[in-house]
Amino acid sequence: MSTVVQIKNVFKKFGSVKAVDGVSLEIEKGQFFSLLGPSGCGKTTLLRLIAGFEQPSSGELFIDNRSMYGVEPNLRPTNMVFQNYAIFPHLNVEQNVSYGLRKKNLSVMEKVEMIDQVLKLVGLSGLNHRSANELSGGQKQRVALARALILKPKVLLLDEPLSALDKKLREQMQLELRHLQRAVGITFVLVTHDQEEALTMSDKVAVMFDGRVEQVASPRTLYETPVSQRVASFIGEMNFISGNVLEANDRISVNSQILGKLSIPCSKVFGDVSEKQIKIGIRPESISIVANTAKKKGLISGIISDTSYFGETTYYKIECGSKADTIVVSAQNSFGQMDYKKGEKVKLETDFKSLVGFMG
Amino acid sequence: MSRSTKYLKVFAYTYLMFLYAPALLLPIFSFNASQVIAFPLTGFSTQWFETLLYQKTLHEALKNSLIVAISSSILATILGVLASRSATRYSFKGKQVSLTFILAPLVLPEIIVGVALLTVLKQMGLSLNLWSVILGHTLLIMPFSILIMNSAFNNFDISLEEASLDLGENQFGTFYRVILPLVLPGVIASLLIGFTLSLDEFIIAFFLTGTEVTLPVYIWSLFRFPKQLATVMALGTVLLIVSLILLSLSEYFRRRTATTKTPVL
Repeated sequence: MSTVVQIKNVFKKFGSVKAVDGVSLEIEKGQFFSLLGPSGCGKTTLLRLIAGFEQPSSGELFIDNRSMYGVEPNLRPTNMVFQNYAIFPHLNVEQNVSYGLRKKNLSVMEKVEMIDQVLKLVGLSGLNHRSANELSGGQKQRVALARALILKPKVLLLDEPLSALDKKLREQMQLELRHLQRAVGITFVLVTHDQEEALTMSDKVAVMFDGRVEQVASPRTLYETPVSQRVASFIGEMNFISGNVLEANDRISVNSQILGKLSIPCSKVFGDVSEKQIKIGIRPESISIVANTAKKKGLISGIISDTSYFGETTYYKIECGSKADTIVVSAQNSFGQMDYKKGEKVKLETDFKSLVGFMG
Repeated sequence: MSRSTKYLKVFAYTYLMFLYAPALLLPIFSFNASQVIAFPLTGFSTQWFETLLYQKTLHEALKNSLIVAISSSILATILGVLASRSATRYSFKGKQVSLTFILAPLVLPEIIVGVALLTVLKQMGLSLNLWSVILGHTLLIMPFSILIMNSAFNNFDISLEEASLDLGENQFGTFYRVILPLVLPGVIASLLIGFTLSLDEFIIAFFLTGTEVTLPVYIWSLFRFPKQLATVMALGTVLLIVSLILLSLSEYFRRRTATTKTPVL
């Protein structure tokens, strides 16, 4: 695998605001790469730096091993799908899609063939002469994709392309985009604030906060071993349970009021290991509720303080001892089965393999 | 209906009547058979319109007016497009000040502008001809042109421009293929308004004109001959109708500058 986008210690300041604060990234060829983070974390600025709409205040950017210093957007091997699609309203579908072909020396026949091919690819066959104003949101999105893909860019940049679509269409487009990316083999760089979107579509995700990249990893690694508490809570839900560090070797031994004595391998503990305090992270689905009568070592007792029903799962808030020690547990619902009620006493069983630790 | 809105309505209608009734007298007297501009009317006649066809000096003045109106509206529109494009797209030092100066002729008394221009041109040793009138009118039309183009450019979605650059087009190509087509209705509106303003402008034309007079200046000179008054009425009627048509057209095009902005998501 070779690297197609290389970002080296890039900073971008707008006045006194550091939008991008020292980012280094490598994006491999043919990958579906996502920049994930809350709004204002600098992910869109980073994308615009790659596209060339912004110039870095300092640092270097390479695309296909070529320095992009001072290279205008029209001369970069990148194309972008804009958040609002930016379909030219005075042109029809075909004119929009072929907009970038003018400068390439192609015969009319070649152009027609390319247009038909790309329209077929995005599922808009036959709509060549539809005017831009008559397109639905989903169709506009496809035109924007076709317009960019027809130029066969080294990197396709997507700026929150699905945020304007309704949930159903969004989920459908997520799958389609994923298939499309596999089919054309072009590197996709997607900006999104939707963690679910990032996880389902990407080969690799970079999580950004405050202009910095906090973690770059595959979706599974990101979910199972987040490197910080804020990554953990941005990617899904996580319980953080306090504990005292007893011993720190290749495993960190911890004593926790709720969970008792346990140990976590060093590779899954993040932060300064000389700290005495630790937060133990457990995903809600790594805890299961067992009947109050169950007799087994290591069970935690608690009282259900709140429940929320989500269809396939139910989330339970469970007080273990004091109010401050509330644990969130999610349980798969099976049809017709009785669930636990508010105020009910239950016991919890923890999957210790899934634990991660954050020092401090 | 309450009392106050009733009075308001009366006021509004009276106001409109005072504003437009004099203009209505033009067509009425232009079709009157008598040379004397007075009631009662003496009969229907189109002879004053016919005399328009044979007045050579009138035709000369009309030609001059058209040259001035077309040149100055084109000149002002080009300058207006450039100025409002830079005003809406870029931020630079002195932007507000220069905009204010460009818009100033909108509120400055024309007679002052006219005298000032005359003094400057004379000091520079330039002779007065149609070009001096064209320059004066350009100055006068530009504020209108900029205001029209500003609203066209303000409604322009920047990401369309970025999309064009992103698809490999350079700045010039982007202007030609995306920006211009989308603000074209504004350009046409500006041309039409400029043309109309220039066509019936008197004061600046009066000061800056040389031997080649424009239509309004020619009309003014006719007032010295009472016998010509009825012809002036006929000419006025024609100008009134042409102006109304041009203004309606320009309003139509101004509204056509539909917003290209998609709602922010």
